[in-house]
Amino acid sequence: MSKNPEFVKFDKVDKSYDGKVLVVKDLQLDIAEGEFITMLGPSGSGKTTCLMMLAGFETPTHGEILLDGNIISNIPPHKRGIGMVFQNYALFPHMTVYENLAFPLRVRKVEKDEIDKKVDKALSMVSLKGFETRMPAQLSGGQQQRVAVARALVFDPAVVLMDEPLGALDKNLRESMQYEIKHIHESIGVTVVYVTHDQSEALTMSNRIAVFNDGKVQQLSDPAELYEKPVNSFVAEFIGENNTFNGEVTDISNDKCKVKLSNSEILANPISVKSKGEKTTVSLRPERALINPTDKMDNMFTGKIEEVIYHGDHTRVRLNLLGSSEFILKVPNSTSNLELKVRQDINIGWNSIDARALDPK
Amino acid sequence: MSSETKQILTTDGIPLEVSLKKAEKKNKIKAFLLVAPLLLFLIITYVFPIGEMFSRSIDDKMITNMLPNTFKKMEKWDGQELPSEEVFAAFYYDFKVLVEKQEHGKLGQRLNKEKNGFNSITKKLFRQVKREKIDESINIKEQIMKVHKRWRNVEYWQAIKRTAPPYTMSKYLKGIDMYYAADGSITQVDEDRRIHRILWLRTLEIAFFVTLFCFLMGYPIAHLLATLPMKYSNLLMICVLLPFWTSLLVRTASWMILLQQQGVVNDFFVMIGLVADDSRPEMMYNKVGTYVAMTQILLPFMVLPLYSVMKTISPSLMRAGKSLGGTPFVAFWKVYFPLTIPGIGAGCLLVFILAIGYYITPALVGGASGTLISNQIAFHMKQTLDWSFASAMGLMLLSGVLVIYWIYNKLVGVDNIKLG
Repeated sequence: MSKNPEFVKFDKVDKSYDGKVLVVKDLQLDIAEGEFITMLGPSGSGKTTCLMMLAGFETPTHGEILLDGNIISNIPPHKRGIGMVFQNYALFPHMTVYENLAFPLRVRKVEKDEIDKKVDKALSMVSLKGFETRMPAQLSGGQQQRVAVARALVFDPAVVLMDEPLGALDKNLRESMQYEIKHIHESIGVTVVYVTHDQSEALTMSNRIAVFNDGKVQQLSDPAELYEKPVNSFVAEFIGENNTFNGEVTDISNDKCKVKLSNSEILANPISVKSKGEKTTVSLRPERALINPTDKMDNMFTGKIEEVIYHGDHTRVRLNLLGSSEFILKVPNSTSNLELKVRQDINIGWNSIDARALDPK
Repeated sequence: MSSETKQILTTDGIPLEVSLKKAEKKNKIKAFLLVAPLLLFLIITYVFPIGEMFSRSIDDKMITNMLPNTFKKMEKWDGQELPSEEVFAAFYYDFKVLVEKQEHGKLGQRLNKEKNGFNSITKKLFRQVKREKIDESINIKEQIMKVHKRWRNVEYWQAIKRTAPPYTMSKYLKGIDMYYAADGSITQVDEDRRIHRILWLRTLEIAFFVTLFCFLMGYPIAHLLATLPMKYSNLLMICVLLPFWTSLLVRTASWMILLQQQGVVNDFFVMIGLVADDSRPEMMYNKVGTYVAMTQILLPFMVLPLYSVMKTISPSLMRAGKSLGGTPFVAFWKVYFPLTIPGIGAGCLLVFILAIGYYITPALVGGASGTLISNQIAFHMKQTLDWSFASAMGLMLLSGVLVIYWIYNKLVGVDNIKLG
């Protein structure tokens, strides 16, 4: 069976609550069958609204949403057959774990034996067998979360939506749940649409990530590309850490441009800039800048260390470089470590291909 | 093990355990002193009056104290034939004391309640005693029997014997239209005189339906209140609470203006042609008036507990119900409704208990067919001055409420109640 690359399709979807402000603008998004796609963005960026429109709790102001080729804008939520994991789990507090899981099956008039089988399978999938008779209040946050995932999957929906499901968990549990959800997705091949504002969660779990801001998808690509090749300064800023230089393009060729800063000039990779005189923000990942580079690099500068912070696996160094005292370096901690001292001058170098000249901030 | 562990001492050498207990005791006394005024208040205003009511409702000591010797002699009497000379003599001497204290009238009244006709024969006997017509040196029985033929009737002596115990349940029996018959057995009063039973049933019926109406009207309002955005829900809340801030009497009076035959509602019905001008329906001084006014007055007591419970139900639960495939009705019935049961329980219990003892509204708009047991209690308090009967009915009402509470606890569980 070939996978449908347009299993879920947002077709020119607009959404406005008050008729004045569009919270989702002209959204065009295709989600392939079996894909794990994450909608990532700051709060108020429209990502949850998109999810609610897909689930059927909100209707698009304009445009259509298609599921497997069928327009679903006019289908009520209970007929869409879409599983959903809510932010606060939304487990029914007056039902046991078993009854919670059986609910979607009972309303579909599934036979008792079949229900038992499916509930059992779903619970073993989230390793919660033996918890059938517990009430949700008797479970820990992580266990409730798993029940919510199992409940969203137990009736074999084509698509599962997850609305910041890990937001309420502590850091360690959140990380282990990320892997667990990822593995469940891999093993049953269901299409997952995941909403989060946590970029590391998005990078860990997804096949593709749609970065939302201001009601628009800023970039839709796989995690590596998103991190390595952000297409604009919002994405660069939002995903991972970032050193930025604001300046003006003074010279541009195919793969290089000169950017004039306040008192110096750097070479960068022109992404969003087309011509001389344009304002630009150059973005450089902290780990792409090296200390005392042995190879020849086309950007070489000297900076003064302002601050050294030990982080266990790496050390963060804040430098005063090119007139900015916010330049961050990440130095992996190893036995052959350099002695880094505050107020020490060091040489820094990076390749112009890693310095992406994006739209000005 | 514990004997081997070293005793922990505080810095001043006292064992830690002892000084901890000391500190705890101090705290306990402090806590008790804090609640003591309230406790005292409750005892004075609640426990004591109820105890007083109870003792008043069963008290029958007055007559026991009036005829002490008679009752003593009567102990040996079989109660089948006329009592012996001994009893008659004892009764005569007891009566003589009462005449001296001028309390014979009270005796007559009290005995008359037990059996009709006592009043006149005690008066006759009083006149004989006053004029000292009874010769204490010869057979007193013969002389008393001559005073009036009823003194020769054994039923009257049986009636006296029945009043002997210092306590009686007769007021309670009267409250359910029963009485002690001549032979001491419990009997129902004649069918056309069973007014209390009708009142009890009507009270239960009205309380039940008022609760039902309040629930049917209050549930959607509470739901709306809990789901509307803040600025609208505040306004609606004020509308719900407004009646609360208006005097009960004023509200009842306004219902009288609205519901009377020439009132606003009837005028409106006539105007829209629903009823003819000469056949305006009676909506007041009957059950309809009581239902309408009490439902309106008690509605906030249903809405508020429901609202406070519904406010805590996350809207995502209904969404979850729908997204899992439940129709809106299934999601409501299986998810939302069960979660509101604590509020329903609290609201219904509150409204029912308030309704069962409601007084002013039925008194004003109830008329003859809309009065409740509480109006009967008030009637006996103020008109007949039979306080012991009023107390008995009050206690019956109280125990009725306790029984309902107990049943409710068995069915739903009181810990499930949520008032806010």
